[in-house]
Amino acid sequence: MRLKYADNVIFRNYLKDQAKNMEQIALTIDNKKLTVEKGVTILQAARTIGIEIPTLCYFNLGDLQIENKPGGCRICVVEIEGRKNLAPACVTECATGMVVHTHNIRVLNARRTVLELILSDHPFDCLVCSKSGECELQSLAQKFGIREIHYQGEKSVYRKDTSPAIIRDIDKCIMCRRCEMMCNDFQTCGVLSAINRGFQSVVAPAFEMNLDHSTCTYCGQCVSVCPTGALTEQDHTRSVLNALADPTKTVVVQTAPAVRAALGEAFGLPAGSLVTGKMVAALRQLGFDYVFDTDFAADLTIMEEGSELLDRLTRHLKGDPHVKLPILTSCCPGWVNFFEHHFPEMIDIPSTAKSPQQMFGAVAKTYLADKIGLKRKDLVVVSIMPCLAKKYECTREEFSSDGNPDVDYALSTRELANLIKQANIGFTSLEDENFDDPMGESSGAAVIFGTTGGVIEAAVRTAYELHTGKELPKLDFEELRGLEFVRSATVDFDGLPIRIGIAHGLGNARKLLEEIKAGRSRYHAIEIMACPGGCIGGGGQPYTHGDINILKARQKAIYEEDKRKPLRKSHENPSIQRLYEEFLGTPLGEMSHHLLHTHYFDKTGEVIISE
Amino acid sequence: MSRTENLVSELVEKHGRSRNSLMPILQGIVQEERFLSEEAMIEIARELNLSTADVFGTASFYTFLDTVPRGKNIIRVCKTISCHMKGKDEVIEALEALLKIKVGETTHDRNFTLLTANCLGWCHKGPVMLINDEVYPELTPHKACEILEAYMKAQ
Repeated sequence: MRLKYADNVIFRNYLKDQAKNMEQIALTIDNKKLTVEKGVTILQAARTIGIEIPTLCYFNLGDLQIENKPGGCRICVVEIEGRKNLAPACVTECATGMVVHTHNIRVLNARRTVLELILSDHPFDCLVCSKSGECELQSLAQKFGIREIHYQGEKSVYRKDTSPAIIRDIDKCIMCRRCEMMCNDFQTCGVLSAINRGFQSVVAPAFEMNLDHSTCTYCGQCVSVCPTGALTEQDHTRSVLNALADPTKTVVVQTAPAVRAALGEAFGLPAGSLVTGKMVAALRQLGFDYVFDTDFAADLTIMEEGSELLDRLTRHLKGDPHVKLPILTSCCPGWVNFFEHHFPEMIDIPSTAKSPQQMFGAVAKTYLADKIGLKRKDLVVVSIMPCLAKKYECTREEFSSDGNPDVDYALSTRELANLIKQANIGFTSLEDENFDDPMGESSGAAVIFGTTGGVIEAAVRTAYELHTGKELPKLDFEELRGLEFVRSATVDFDGLPIRIGIAHGLGNARKLLEEIKAGRSRYHAIEIMACPGGCIGGGGQPYTHGDINILKARQKAIYEEDKRKPLRKSHENPSIQRLYEEFLGTPLGEMSHHLLHTHYFDKTGEVIISE
Repeated sequence: MSRTENLVSELVEKHGRSRNSLMPILQGIVQEERFLSEEAMIEIARELNLSTADVFGTASFYTFLDTVPRGKNIIRVCKTISCHMKGKDEVIEALEALLKIKVGETTHDRNFTLLTANCLGWCHKGPVMLINDEVYPELTPHKACEILEAYMKAQ
């Protein structure tokens, strides 16, 4: 039988593809011979033989497949013999017989010229720039020994945009587009885009409006990946120092679970060092009157959210058609902002439980204030968060009483590190100390809130025992752990299969939400965190500069801390039990409802169109 | 539905909802409404399932996709090197004096907007200007004013 022409072509292409897939490419880089698979770029190939070609716009978060390579900055140019122009290593694929030079005089001069040109349109603010020391442009300038700029020309000037969480200083932008990639491809928020053309181009929200008028979720991932000081966090360290110095104020601090697994990095400790005790000691030395733990509030969140899950499940099983399932977690403020902006028709699906930060604030300014005999206004609550959206969350009107916020200031892990350094506290040599009572005790279930999969695992530990009345045979739910973007597992609640979904990254969350919207979701409960890896990869954490191993080490540390805890289930936390006895009554009771639950808003109409 | 919404929906019907349809739809709006209003861009983003920032980013990139209201007739004088060397500055000065506006502005009666443009591809016959879709090559300040006066009379 003769093949038709089209079939023939398809078959030939198939054979070609097969050959390609198996094809090995032999090339030479800096006089070293190597073989790589087809499709590998010169940058990747060079790395396999220990040659680190410098990059600037290029960004790659390892096996998470988060990659930015617009080939725009031209810092990574290399010479390929036989080609007229230098080629950017990050986007040029290896080809058979290529002879590549990564550091000859032509290449080095080109890189220097590129750097000088970028610097000629960059403010010389390094001395007072908040990114100083972490800036990738600054470190390249140092690496190349740039001591003067041979080019002078116009400098771009753009207004500074200040939102409750993120500051945009576009004069420092080098148009690497990493933030755009995070905002659009990974988070699917679509807030940032390159606007205008040529020298006038900037990365900005639609109509060049300010971030607080856009649909920005304040997840802070743009800040995490920005190589320069163009995107940074709103810094509250001075306000906190002033509160600490005010004799009329009692200042209380709470620390989020993911902070203890990352703070050490800012003091030169290897990634994954657990510094819980040192962090408590440092906070006490800084002058905080009470050092408490957001983990305590995370246990409280589980009591409420777990009870809500069981309540909805029970009603569902009894045949109530109005009950909303799956229930979605609500402790991630970036995620809350996301569904308020993008899925307003679904605002009754997430749990109404407030986030641990806000539960802590609400309890501190009522229960604790009473206990220590203080008026609400004399108590200042500071939170240390791995997150920038928390800065916005604590300014939300519904989380305040008579204009006094439940949480006054949210500092990022980075800001805390700066505070400790400013106070010349020798962090690494501090003796471990313990949290204060009554809001410092927590279980291992609370610690794992810091990583993707942790909140739902904590909820399962409690919901299982409350539902079945039996003790869990095994506490570690390996099936819920990992770094895969969308994970699912079925947990057996003594004969009742509970189907659980997990997503981190808002783009991945979107997939699960679309399923729910289409009525195809098969889950009972879904956990969502906005950042890659969950809070361990939050927008307020020490910069990873794209090193995925740092995230992995932090995640490992979180599970280690969980294992170490004498208590590993939220409902067994005696401080939580006491709080319900003395003050709250029962989970989902009247007092709990008033203090620990919230409601969500349709924010689609909130985007203000400029005049 | 507003007029703009109607127009967007007609254009979407005609060109489709893929990413590739964005340019013809934007051009279609400019042709009808002389510029892209925020309302139009939001509506296009909604229809094509793109972010508004993306639509605005695309629109703001192209000189011929105006994002601010323009006059009925748009004059674009080429500002690129060849036309510059052949005296485009003098042409612009003459037009500014005649219209009593500066480059980038629109006359009070909203009949004319004066703009500059990047290379129009008529380097061999510079300086050149474009009025709406009509090309006028080999200009002198005097010739440019004569051409424009004809347009003014026709209003």
